[in-house]
Amino acid sequence: MCPCNVEKGKRGVSVQQDEILEARKISFGYRERQILRDVSFIISPGERAALVGPSGCGKSTLAKILAGYLKPSGGAALWGGEPLPSGGYCPVQMIQQHPEAAVDPRWKMERILKEGGMPAPDVLQAMGIEREWLTRWPSELSGGELQRFCIARVLREETRFLICDEISTMLDAITQAQVWHSLLAMSEGYGFGMLVITHNIELAKQVCDRILEWKDLTS
Amino acid sequence: MKILELNDITVSFRMYERRFRKRELEVLHRLSLSVREGEIVAVAGSSGSGKSILAHAVLGLLPGNAVLSGEMYYMGNPLGEKDKERLRGREIAFIPQSVDYLDPLMKTGRQVQGTRGTKERQRQLFQEYDLGEEAEELYPFQLSGGMARRALLAAAEMEEARLVVADEPTPGLSREMAREALGHFRALADKGCGVLLISHDIDIALAVADKVAIFYAGTIVETAFAKDFQGEGMLRHPYSKAFFAALPQNGFRPTRGSQPYAGRLPDGCVFADRCPARSELCAGEIPMRPLRGGEVKCVHAT
Repeated sequence: MCPCNVEKGKRGVSVQQDEILEARKISFGYRERQILRDVSFIISPGERAALVGPSGCGKSTLAKILAGYLKPSGGAALWGGEPLPSGGYCPVQMIQQHPEAAVDPRWKMERILKEGGMPAPDVLQAMGIEREWLTRWPSELSGGELQRFCIARVLREETRFLICDEISTMLDAITQAQVWHSLLAMSEGYGFGMLVITHNIELAKQVCDRILEWKDLTS
Repeated sequence: MKILELNDITVSFRMYERRFRKRELEVLHRLSLSVREGEIVAVAGSSGSGKSILAHAVLGLLPGNAVLSGEMYYMGNPLGEKDKERLRGREIAFIPQSVDYLDPLMKTGRQVQGTRGTKERQRQLFQEYDLGEEAEELYPFQLSGGMARRALLAAAEMEEARLVVADEPTPGLSREMAREALGHFRALADKGCGVLLISHDIDIALAVADKVAIFYAGTIVETAFAKDFQGEGMLRHPYSKAFFAALPQNGFRPTRGSQPYAGRLPDGCVFADRCPARSELCAGEIPMRPLRGGEVKCVHAT
């Protein structure tokens, strides 16, 4: 069954009640350039929320803070009420906007895929990854092909929340629908929540339970 | 007047297997396309089908192991590798797909000016693309995805181009900004420029394009008018119909299967194994044929 037909909010998967993602008054800036100012919101366990806002407003920066790549200058990113763990596999994972910048150009694709451990077994097929691609270098694959690897490598049981920063803009319509249907099925199966950053409002309506507008997040 | 004309373009890559065995991998197959004066031709379709390779072939930016055959004309004259070198950056502008094409060690303003541009023109373009003056002094890594994208667009408009080749110019831009950016292309086309617009963002591409070439597995399976995208029934090729149905606003229905890998294309129709209308006829040679004002590479299309 198509996962997006499942009634929203009553998906009947067991979600862990403490798996709440919270942005608490997050501020961030580079020296004199302030990018984020008191951004706050909460995403419930297993919920899929879309984040829409103008280009350059700081959405990707916020995503990096929530996934633990950047430290905020004020406020905190909380997972289950606690700061993110400083070691081990981070339960909050992120898929970036530019796949070519998220892989090591000197690693072959197979090594890139297994960077954080083995992904779930049926993931390669679900993402439409050809066996042949595993022995190639990143520069030999297109942006869309690379992005499928970047998605596949975080689809593991240990991933409890997934931040998707414009992950399907480089995919064609059919691949986009395929990748999203697989992602949604995984999100149902493992019960992980998602924050989906996108400019495509139609896509947001299809894959998310709730849409957050950037302008409503800052106090 | 045809600004760009491509006839039977084929591109293959020489590769080595087990060290010594040479193999040619054909990635574009006998592709024909033309862009007229004042026309925006959108190239849409499957990712990894060779759309970027087409752009690189037109600009003469293919890597050393690529073999290009077929005929290419620019303003009626043959377009050879030497001509491409002379014309690109002047009469032929290129907007690359990846923001990695920006020089990481050069400030944005300086790099948009290039070697022949002026500061005034750059300021004016930055204003048009809503890049503040402070963006001039920033290095590419300090720009957001959308800002870097706009810097690439501004750089392409620095000189008076006759042909603009844009490879996915809109990802990472908000709807309004993408629409505005493509509005610039429309304005360029209305001044007599030809635009070859490669984009997955079909909604936005359709808003400005005149014609749409649908790409699948290294070849063009259909050329349609932008207005044909009002409904599935007006499109010609089964792949185009599947593409249409997979858009979020049209049902978000993915078709099973994946595009055949370049080295292992089936004989006959490249879409046959995923096509609901497949028959024995699909295994034969499928020529491009005119249909309802457009063209299609399918024996069943009506």
